[in-house]
Amino acid sequence: MTAAEAISADNRPFAIRTYAPAQLREALRRMYLIRRFEEGAEDSYMRGLIHGTMHLSIGQEASAMATCMELTDADKITSTHRGHGHCIAKGADVGRMFAEFFGKETGYCHGRGGSMHIADVRTGNLGANGIVGGGLPIAVGAALTAKRLGRDDVTVCFFGDGANNEGAFHEALNMAAVWKLPVVFVCENNRYGMSTPAAYATAVRNIADRAVAYAMPGVTVDGNDFSAVAEAVHIAVARARAGEGPSLVENLTYRWRGHSKSDRNRYRTKEEIEEWMARDPIARFRAELIAHGILDEAGADAIAADAVATVEAGIAFAKDSPSPAVTDVTRYVYAES
Amino acid sequence: MNAMSDAGLRVLSYSEAIREAMAIAMEADPTVILMGEDIGVYGGAFQVTLDLVDRFGKDRVMDTPISELGGAGVAVGAALTGLKPIYEFQFSDFAMLAMEQIVNQAAKLRYMLGGEASVPVVFRLPSGSGTGAAAQHSQSIEAWFGHVPGLKVLQPATPEDAKGMLLAALADPDPVMIFEHKLLYKMKGPVPEGSYHTPIGKALVRRAGTDVTIVAGSIMVHRALEAAEKLAAEGINAEVIDLRSIRPIDHETILASVRKTGRLMVVYEGVKAFGVGAEISAMVAESDAFDYLDAPILRLGAADAPVPYNPDLERAAVPQVDTIEAAARRLARREV
Repeated sequence: MTAAEAISADNRPFAIRTYAPAQLREALRRMYLIRRFEEGAEDSYMRGLIHGTMHLSIGQEASAMATCMELTDADKITSTHRGHGHCIAKGADVGRMFAEFFGKETGYCHGRGGSMHIADVRTGNLGANGIVGGGLPIAVGAALTAKRLGRDDVTVCFFGDGANNEGAFHEALNMAAVWKLPVVFVCENNRYGMSTPAAYATAVRNIADRAVAYAMPGVTVDGNDFSAVAEAVHIAVARARAGEGPSLVENLTYRWRGHSKSDRNRYRTKEEIEEWMARDPIARFRAELIAHGILDEAGADAIAADAVATVEAGIAFAKDSPSPAVTDVTRYVYAES
Repeated sequence: MNAMSDAGLRVLSYSEAIREAMAIAMEADPTVILMGEDIGVYGGAFQVTLDLVDRFGKDRVMDTPISELGGAGVAVGAALTGLKPIYEFQFSDFAMLAMEQIVNQAAKLRYMLGGEASVPVVFRLPSGSGTGAAAQHSQSIEAWFGHVPGLKVLQPATPEDAKGMLLAALADPDPVMIFEHKLLYKMKGPVPEGSYHTPIGKALVRRAGTDVTIVAGSIMVHRALEAAEKLAAEGINAEVIDLRSIRPIDHETILASVRKTGRLMVVYEGVKAFGVGAEISAMVAESDAFDYLDAPILRLGAADAPVPYNPDLERAAVPQVDTIEAAARRLARREV
């Protein structure tokens, strides 16, 4: 049997046959970490430890984590208002994230940004964004930098189904295609832009169908299937690194929680939410790893327990951290000379 | 062109000076790129980037699609990750299509990320009226951006400053908007050789005087200077300050002049209401210089109307030499 035949005869899911067991276990750990982080943030909000609002990504963990499997710290991402999962998937420390949400000086943005501007430039996360579609042209600019400087890093641009109807989407995808830039547009289609169904707000059936207008590949995958996302992004990242230009990947997924803290879930049914909860991306990935002998139940439980402990430690770190000095309100507006 | 003056300075036009600044920066730093609509073989709508594509190639002098929001955003993303883009808006009016990226992203990224990010982008914006291009190609919207923390907003009045400000802007780690006046592109003046920086946020006394302070920016500096010469013939000695920078604004130079003259007039091409004049007037009124005022503060700005097409109306819509002269005379005689 040749190597090529061996690969084609391998019927295991893409992620299992592509990534090392340690990588897969780390991916599961980060998915649990995202879930527990979001729950910890929600709980802290209820207790009045976090003010403002936040947009939770519970239910979308596979989309965030599987997309980041191919990325190194040199690769960039731009994120969205629902960006906690992307940040963790890209490698951020949850203690500093909680500190940011708590408005503390030790937070990633020294308490100036909060949930909607969480970023970790060191791991290549150029930041969440409070403006729908705001990150799309910025991602194209980051890809332009890589091309201009002759680097082979790629930029992944996360955006939602809502952003695909912004003018910035059209301008960004067109320019990325015209200049053949190393960027992967990852649409997390969670079916609603706030309360407005994507099916109502978008003229095409699949958002990936729009790729044809920009002469780039477009693919729609089950965003709750870790392997499906990983495979689609793997192909798109390889294409970008090879200098062949951008791609559009659409991950069909669902947010279990409301849009933000003001959401009363009036636009969707309890049954619909429960139906999607039954497609829990973490449970599916965990079962897949166990089925293929990557870990056993006890090993998976240990990973889940580790996520709980990490989140608890992160919240404790945030609580114990100092707040910024009020006199520093204009600090960071401009570079300090 | 390029004649040597007695002072050893060459005479260049305002647009030649800007082009020279871009060429110097691109020679010195491979991360400097130009982006904009029709800036390549066409040379830009006002020919400012003429021939630069031949020298530096299409990869560094990038024609963008007609996508101001996206183009500005690409420049922001490139600046965030290691390039120094100069993005040319074909007309400053078109910056309105890109407000999201300028105001929500470029201006705020450093702050939102707690100082962990830098956006060293330069936006060039051909601005102002007097070309018969009517309401959507003639505006002076620089004051809008004066309201945005995180931006720096400049208005060169001379070829020397146009070059020095662009080089200073490129060396600055924060986003800088340079409003160039379309009527000044052909104006000639002495320009030093090589690289130099016009300090950002420093106004310049272009004409020293004792009777009335006229603060102006961009083309209004020249109109104010002309008006001042006419007033001098009748014994009114006006001091003319070239504001140069709207954000940051040079409070000290203005206040020192007001303490000396006791009379202040602000001349600007933007609509009078809520403009640069309001900011400067309020700043003086809030300061110790208030006690030195011998007359009310005057503002001369554009009419409360879009810029009109008819040449007589267009001229009437913004301050001219005669209106500045008349207003300064009334102020000096305490007839206001």
